[in-house]
Amino acid sequence: MTLRDFINRLLGRQPASATLAKQRLQLVLAHDRSDLNPELLEKMRSEILEVVSRYVEIDVEGGDVSLETEDRVTALVANLPIKRARAIPLAAVAEPAEG
Amino acid sequence: MTAAPTRIILICSGKGGVGKTTLTANLGIALARQGSRTAVLDADFGLRNLDLLLGLENRIVYTAQEVLAETCRLEQALVKHKQEPNLALLPAGNPRMLEWLTPEDMQRIVALLAERFDIVLIDCPAGIEDGFRNAAAAAREAIVVTTPEVSAVRDADRVIGLLNTQGIEPIQLVLNRVRPKMMLNQEMLAVSDVTDILALPLLGLVLEDEQVIVSTNRGEPLTLNGNGSPAAKAYHNIARRLRGETVPLIDPAKEGQGLRAKLGRFMQTRIF
Repeated sequence: MTLRDFINRLLGRQPASATLAKQRLQLVLAHDRSDLNPELLEKMRSEILEVVSRYVEIDVEGGDVSLETEDRVTALVANLPIKRARAIPLAAVAEPAEG
Repeated sequence: MTAAPTRIILICSGKGGVGKTTLTANLGIALARQGSRTAVLDADFGLRNLDLLLGLENRIVYTAQEVLAETCRLEQALVKHKQEPNLALLPAGNPRMLEWLTPEDMQRIVALLAERFDIVLIDCPAGIEDGFRNAAAAAREAIVVTTPEVSAVRDADRVIGLLNTQGIEPIQLVLNRVRPKMMLNQEMLAVSDVTDILALPLLGLVLEDEQVIVSTNRGEPLTLNGNGSPAAKAYHNIARRLRGETVPLIDPAKEGQGLRAKLGRFMQTRIF
């Protein structure tokens, strides 16, 4: 906040329009920039499910992976109901030994 | 001794009407004046205007279309500027070219130009559709033009994203139609706001200048007659920086020494 904005606020006025412009732009660009097309989002979703299900059994039907924008931050939100943990993570078996 | 490779620079903006074509025309003249053999290619086939801003509209015989169809040689289509023989225009063809033109066609044209010129400026159409993709296909670097307005900055951001995915580098920013007084009063996005948001290096600032309209009326770019208008100076400075000279950039909102200017700057102090 600049000094001018502060004085405007004290006087009950709107912030300077440049301040508003910057805030509005940052918001809209966060969304524009993360604008994955549905096909890519679906691909990412299935890969995330694949990785997670190596470790835990998940309810694929009840799962949801989506982009949510709040304030200035766009977040990838994954909601994956877990049925049970795997006794031996598949990853431990699938990963090649290092060396 | 091998000559430096030709620089192929796309001039684009996303939004229309922010000054792409005016910048292309003025920069073309300025670069030519400073000694670079320069070609300007009008890639806005739908709404061509570069010929008009350069005052060359009556001298067009052939266009990029005939060059591609091989019904004329490149030299026949190039329109040399009378007062600035270092500059040549390759005019855009018929708007119907949009239906069949491919990125490969653009690459062919630019490769031909690269044999004869030091710098090729490509005047890109507005938008992010096929016209943009064709124009960008042959470019190696880009200048993004924007004004300090929300819609122009947003569209510029889109275009920068596309240029990044095409691997075009460097991408530099020209901020056009700057009004220092409004910036001082925080009624216009500050220079640093725009560069922060778009995260591009600033190649130049052009002040709002009525002389630009006068010069387009005449078909004589401001850089042609060396008058001292602020925009003409800005275009010349942009050309110098492009050619590798170091020319300091002055933020107009930080320049004035009057009481109003000082008060304005004081009011811009960030308190939290």
